[in-house]
Amino acid sequence: MPRRSLPFAVLALLALPGCFSNNRHQGERLYVQHCASCHGDQGQGLERLIPPLAGSDYLTDHRGELPCLLRNGQNAVIVVNGIGYHNVMPSNKGLSPAQLTNLLNYIESHWGNEAAPRTIHDVEKQLEGCR
Amino acid sequence: MFKRLFLLPALAATLLTTACTEPPKTAATLPILGERDVRPRADGGPADTIYQAVPTYQLVDQAGQPVTNQTFAGRAYVTDFFFATCPGICPKLQSALLTVYKKFPTDPRISFLSITIDPEHDSTAVLKDYAERLGISDAARWHFASLGDRAKSFELANHLLTGVVPDSLAPGGLAHNGVLALVDDQGRIRGAYDGLNAEQVANLQRDIPILLAEIDGRKKGVAKQ
Ligand code: HEC
Repeated sequence: MPRRSLPFAVLALLALPGCFSNNRHQGERLYVQHCASCHGDQGQGLERLIPPLAGSDYLTDHRGELPCLLRNGQNAVIVVNGIGYHNVMPSNKGLSPAQLTNLLNYIESHWGNEAAPRTIHDVEKQLEGCR
Repeated sequence: MFKRLFLLPALAATLLTTACTEPPKTAATLPILGERDVRPRADGGPADTIYQAVPTYQLVDQAGQPVTNQTFAGRAYVTDFFFATCPGICPKLQSALLTVYKKFPTDPRISFLSITIDPEHDSTAVLKDYAERLGISDAARWHFASLGDRAKSFELANHLLTGVVPDSLAPGGLAHNGVLALVDDQGRIRGAYDGLNAEQVANLQRDIPILLAEIDGRKKGVAKQ
């Protein structure tokens, strides 16, 4: 058993660094493709129409709900950093749990945001709880 | 009607007409875009070039006030087309126009006009809320206005160089491009800029003072007569 798993472990080690950097780029790519037109290149949002992601207290206060928010979108009153917003956040039904993980990890580690990285496993579990 | 080739002829035409009808100017002049007609003169003299102005329209803005071509008589304005719930390019487009607006927030010679292409949803109340959320409190500076009729909105958009088509695949059900059009005191389009392209938005900012100087010059000319 240990003998057989060794080559796999080596393979996994080799694959990991490449995999991580790819994923990080995937988060950024997805952000530019699906989110930046509204939330801005720097996550700055747009006045009181679109809430910021940079320095958003919503990201930390509602961390566990974010996978569902991104997947299903939202159109309700939402308070971010003390300011009320109410507009359409579109759904992203086509994004896989892995993509959502990379996207959230990108948002949560840029523009002054510093949350602990998420794993796909966490995100999958949180997605199961979506309403 | 909505052709891309208007640019070159229009440019050439501006160069030609300025050459034969006006003393040469030292400052740069903006081209005149849009459709034009060349009418032979009855007396056999050089043909007249008639530039088509933006067609007449009657909008209602976020303050419930009518907005027509006359609202901007003698002044310049910048237009774009949007809708309040637009999930596609609108936020970026409005963000670009806001950047330009902030350079001229109180200059009475230029104002701003955003026209909704979703008049069924974008009532006066919705437009008012949208404007306020964008930080615009004075409707006379930046009108967010509706024609009340979808088909007419599309038609006016085309005249102002924005292409709009209903498209079930596009986010929000409407595919449109993000043109910012600069209109002069005589209702002629003097510039069209891609609001999604930072360089072109900078060009718009650069061109507005050129147009304002031209309009100031016309006013002085009128005052002297
Ligand atoms: C059409 C514009 C639009 C797009 C595109 C968009 N959002 Fe949003 N987003 C909004 C709006 C509007 C809200 C507030 C929703 C409400 O009022 O219910 C929001 C809220 C949020 C929030 C919670 C509030 C905050 O600011 O922290 C997050 C997180 C978020 N969006 C992330 C994203 C991500 C990630 C993407 C890309 C997958 C994205 N958004 C794409 C408009 C957009």
